[in-house]
Amino acid sequence: MEQKEYTISILTEDKPGLLNKITIIFNRRKVNISSLNVSTTEVEGVSRYTLVVSLSPEEVEKIVKQIRKVVDVLGSFYYEENEVYYREIALYKLSLEVYENNKELEQLIRNHGAKVMATEEDQVVLEKTGSKQETHELYDALQPYDLMEFVRSGRIALSKSKRRTEAFIHELETSTSNTLSIKNF
Amino acid sequence: MSTSTLEVEEKVKKTETMLGSEAVLRCLVEEDVDTIFGYPGGAIMPVYDSLYEYADKLNHILSRHEQGAIHAAQGYARASGKVGVCFATSGPGATNLITGITDAMIDSTPLVCITGQVASHLLGSDAFQETDIIGISMPVTKWNFQVTSAEEIPEAIARAFYIAKSGRPGPVLIDITKDAQQKTVDFSYERCERVRSYHPYPVLKEEPLQAAASLINAAKKPYILFGQGVILSGAEEELKSFIEKTGIPAASTLLGLSAFSTRHPLYVGYTGMHGNYGPNVKTNECDVFIAIGMRFDDRVTGDVNTYAAQAKVIHIELDPAEINKNIKADVAINGDAKQALKALTKLVERNSHEDWIAEFRECDRIEMEKAIKKSINPEGDQLTMAEVVHKLSEITEGKSLIVTDVGQHQMMASRYYKFDQHKSHITSGGLGTMGFCLPAAIGAKIGAPDRQVIGIIGDGGFQMTLQELGLIMQYNVGVKILILNNEFLGMVRQWQQLFFDRRYSFTEMQNPDFIKLAESYNIPAMQVVNREDLDNAFKCWLHPEGPSLLEVMVEKEENVFPMVPSGSCVSKIRLA
Repeated sequence: MEQKEYTISILTEDKPGLLNKITIIFNRRKVNISSLNVSTTEVEGVSRYTLVVSLSPEEVEKIVKQIRKVVDVLGSFYYEENEVYYREIALYKLSLEVYENNKELEQLIRNHGAKVMATEEDQVVLEKTGSKQETHELYDALQPYDLMEFVRSGRIALSKSKRRTEAFIHELETSTSNTLSIKNF
Repeated sequence: MSTSTLEVEEKVKKTETMLGSEAVLRCLVEEDVDTIFGYPGGAIMPVYDSLYEYADKLNHILSRHEQGAIHAAQGYARASGKVGVCFATSGPGATNLITGITDAMIDSTPLVCITGQVASHLLGSDAFQETDIIGISMPVTKWNFQVTSAEEIPEAIARAFYIAKSGRPGPVLIDITKDAQQKTVDFSYERCERVRSYHPYPVLKEEPLQAAASLINAAKKPYILFGQGVILSGAEEELKSFIEKTGIPAASTLLGLSAFSTRHPLYVGYTGMHGNYGPNVKTNECDVFIAIGMRFDDRVTGDVNTYAAQAKVIHIELDPAEINKNIKADVAINGDAKQALKALTKLVERNSHEDWIAEFRECDRIEMEKAIKKSINPEGDQLTMAEVVHKLSEITEGKSLIVTDVGQHQMMASRYYKFDQHKSHITSGGLGTMGFCLPAAIGAKIGAPDRQVIGIIGDGGFQMTLQELGLIMQYNVGVKILILNNEFLGMVRQWQQLFFDRRYSFTEMQNPDFIKLAESYNIPAMQVVNREDLDNAFKCWLHPEGPSLLEVMVEKEENVFPMVPSGSCVSKIRLA
């Protein structure tokens, strides 16, 4: 079965230990998590985990159902690329010596929509948000400029659905069914 | 006195100050627990100290190894339908529970395991007997939680019981630091009735029920396969009504055994690797396949690509993650077996399928000719496991509670014991844990004291947990132990014979004198070697009230047939 990149979005109670309970589900099936982010949500006491994995449609559905079974997981959903708004952020460290008075580099940074996040005595840190491909393009472009360090965050994503997290939690609190959809949120 | 003062007084009455260790026990009393299986040690000593005062309310059974305690709790839970409770200390005490917890997880047995932990200020310091049991048990518990303050105890234990027993049951572990046991708490208890992230009972949907009924009503060759879900939801009567109204032949999985009488005219046997010929073959000929409360384990399905590929599959299952996991369902009924069967029985037409059932009976005839006859009426002088179980079934009229271990004797018991009473079969199905039987049989007898409980064990499995004979002795547990001794790890040997060119690599066993061993524990015991002595031995063994052990020497190289080789198509089942 052909693999696709999926964004998995998980709403949980804000409790310790849950990260482990979620990641072991992937580990047991030898599925590599390519990116992971944990964040608060607009609802108090509710966290959102965002993961990116490459799986077949069947595999992703089975995994998301297993995640839904974990006590303290409130909702577990998966999306294809066109169903979410998503971003990653990348930081690039260059030496000030290379950066200073380099018109060509300045132009390159501007063209990539990056900005200077911090300038210190001897180094400068650039910041760029975008897709993995976009941040990677800048990474490639900066290679000739003696890139000192590079880091990219996990993906953060919001679904294109108009439903609110709060409404979902409310439905959960009033529902007696565990067949709540793992899609379409 | 005003009403408000009354209310305040009532509230004050509800809380009592006590040590965390006592609070643990009070929680158990509040949950109607009467029996605990456990083993003390440093980090759980405060709880054991409080237990000294609770001997009139809580019956604590001291095992000889924590694995014995947890298997006993499993046997107790499965025989009584209650939650099994187990105590162990930190470190090795806790890790010794892991096999049983894993077994309970895969066989959906409700357990609450309470482990002691080092004091909270020592967590993560590699203190004496410290282990991360929360981390270790995470993949094999339905839920686990570490308590580090006395105030958390009542809520954590209430949640533990609710999660363990509701929905698809499973094991829960609560790890309590020593300081949490030693501090005081204003105790009040409220049973947990809801966890907002956890919805154990799905609401039945009308649409799949209608779709299932249409398929069933139009079916020419329908076939039912039921599993433990029927037992766990107490749906035995509903299953019977459904089968009788539709006239559909029904087979059982290993864990479904005893949910439906093997003597019923619509019962067609048990399925799986060493199951009956008919249900395995007809799986690949039926037009509508109705799976009830089962999870399509690979020992049931063999090759999933050929399994019931021609049939429309209706899957009635409580756990939504089991639906479409191994076998795609054409109609999925996500719900409790009892409710689903009640609703579905109303929608289906009264029917009979005599020609189709005759095909199963023809399969029975073939299996009898080619496999069963020579197993239960062997030509050789030596007794066979099959004939011993067959005879036991006759003598007890299929009414005993049978607990088995893992291996050839287990398959022989499931094939040849003709279950005629509900909740009469306890075995380690999913995990296949050797050593399960002896402690589980002890727990089962404690959980169902009015039943005749018989543990059937191989010589290999018996030696994995035989220290629990001490428990039979100390508590005079009236369990009947039957060792089928072939001086081999028989199932592995069978595979070596069939698939590894008879290279018997480390499967032959030199055994101790089991009779002397049992006698050293004050358990009456006898050995049978000759066929003519078997009847009398059975009588002497089964007749007295108390515990007794019977060792039967059986043929060394007996094989279990029929057999679906691992990963093969079920209809290509081998008869010999």
